[in-house]
Amino acid sequence: MHCELRKEPQFGKRNPMTAQQIIFLAVALATLGSALMVVTTRNILHAALWLVSALFGVAALYALLNASFLAVVQVVIYIGAIAILFIFAVMLTRRDLRDQGPQMNRNWWGGALIALLTFAGLFSLLQSWSGFSKSAADFPSGFDTVGRLGDALISPNAYVLPFEVASVLLLAALVGAVYVAFTRK
Amino acid sequence: MNFWNDPLKAAADFLASLFTGWGLPLGAAQVIIAFLGVFLLIALLMVLDIFLVWVERKTVARFQDRLGPNRLGPFGLIQPFADIIKLLIKEDTTPGGADRVVYNLAPILSMMSVLIIWAIVPLAPVILSVDLNVGALYLIAAGAIGTLSIIMAGWSSNNKFALIGAFRQVAILVSFEVPMVATLLIPTVLSGTMGMNGIVQAQDTWFFILSPLGALIFLIAAIAELGRAPFDMGEAESEIVAGYNIEYSGMKFGMFYAGELLHAFTFGGFWAILFFGGYRFFGLEQVSPFLAVAVMIFKAMFGYWVIMWIKYTLMRIRIDHMLAFNWKFLTPLAFVLLMVTALIHALLKDYRGTQLWWIYTLSMFLANIFIAWLGLEIARAYSRRERGKVKGMKIMEAAH
Repeated sequence: MHCELRKEPQFGKRNPMTAQQIIFLAVALATLGSALMVVTTRNILHAALWLVSALFGVAALYALLNASFLAVVQVVIYIGAIAILFIFAVMLTRRDLRDQGPQMNRNWWGGALIALLTFAGLFSLLQSWSGFSKSAADFPSGFDTVGRLGDALISPNAYVLPFEVASVLLLAALVGAVYVAFTRK
Repeated sequence: MNFWNDPLKAAADFLASLFTGWGLPLGAAQVIIAFLGVFLLIALLMVLDIFLVWVERKTVARFQDRLGPNRLGPFGLIQPFADIIKLLIKEDTTPGGADRVVYNLAPILSMMSVLIIWAIVPLAPVILSVDLNVGALYLIAAGAIGTLSIIMAGWSSNNKFALIGAFRQVAILVSFEVPMVATLLIPTVLSGTMGMNGIVQAQDTWFFILSPLGALIFLIAAIAELGRAPFDMGEAESEIVAGYNIEYSGMKFGMFYAGELLHAFTFGGFWAILFFGGYRFFGLEQVSPFLAVAVMIFKAMFGYWVIMWIKYTLMRIRIDHMLAFNWKFLTPLAFVLLMVTALIHALLKDYRGTQLWWIYTLSMFLANIFIAWLGLEIARAYSRRERGKVKGMKIMEAAH
């Protein structure tokens, strides 16, 4: 169905909440709630599943911003690979999936302070940015976001060097993992 | 006449004018129409799913020289409905020590991971939910959610067979994802887009002709992704009873079962979309979108039939053989094929659409055949060496 959930001018005038804003708020609340559950739940496997939920919320936020490539890659890599790896690691390494110890240490107030200051700093910075209160603009039709991203990654005057350096780093990690796991016969 | 040329848009416009006539704002009407569209698609898929149960049972009966369901209704067509009623009224059990929320969530996620794939399936040039520009990756992302549902089911059931089954299945899913991604990139290279509609529209010659080996590797990876025989160690009945879904009863088991059937049909459809021209069939799709849908469903059914054919012909492979087959044979083969395809495409793409188009098609086809032959030769040499080693050891033992 070619239905756009974007803001319609008349709709916006009558009702201050657009569909996009409602979806954003719901997704943001779900993401934050899941993230909170990750650190508060005592069952480690539940924490991993809540993490999946939080990562999915971030993917939904990317999708709301028209960044479909990032949204899909977020699901493929973070949910399909990293979260599954977490779950395997937890299942294979721990006998008891429940965490018994205290959940806070003595420095909790320091952490809370830094988190608050970071939030306040980001908020004040973003408030002076003109795009802060705007909803995401539509791309002109036929605008190829994925093609442009691909061009940027391999073009010499854009990101080819960081891209290749990251590839070499990953290859080194891969070779290292194989070397560590390799048993000589 | 508009309805017959572009049924979805006509219906959406009609509903929009209806809803705005009732005093709803346009934005809200569009949201409602989008939800109605999703609801309609899912309802049709679920009805199709019931029918697929019958198709599967009839086909397996033919393969095993039986009659299959034939008591209820003509050709046993009412049988699946009776099955559904049976599943619905069965006792819904939860094993002791199960993690209730995760246990109940797993079948829903399993079904969902299949249904969301249909958001990108183009049934006709104008009948598609969304033409996502990252369609190929979206398919993999949906598979990731399926993987998660299996591990959730296996862990939360509090049953060692379920957990073993889930571990096996996830090992298969994670490793066969690699050749699948590589072969999904072949139609992407050939068509220049990851959008499913674009891939279908680029297939003036079917990609099966340009890349028969790619189509074959995709089919193998898809069957592994489905967890069907010969790759069904996840629920190997003779070893671990039923794998990750062992503790599920009633409709919760039904969700896994229906999800698996629909998944097989869906991958049959994707095989058709990626390599057999999707809804295109000698210009038939230009005549009417409804004809295009019929062509697409027919091709998807053909793909589904091939998957069933393989399932009921081959026996189960041991898991270490299967993982070795994937990592040592299929994955390198898929990557070599991808590189060669990209190279030939870069060198010869200018010939496409000109008088000399056959140079492009022929070199693609021959390159595929050559890589397949080379891969088989290397595998044969390797197995000959291994066999020689075993024979040598036996001779040594006999000498002692």
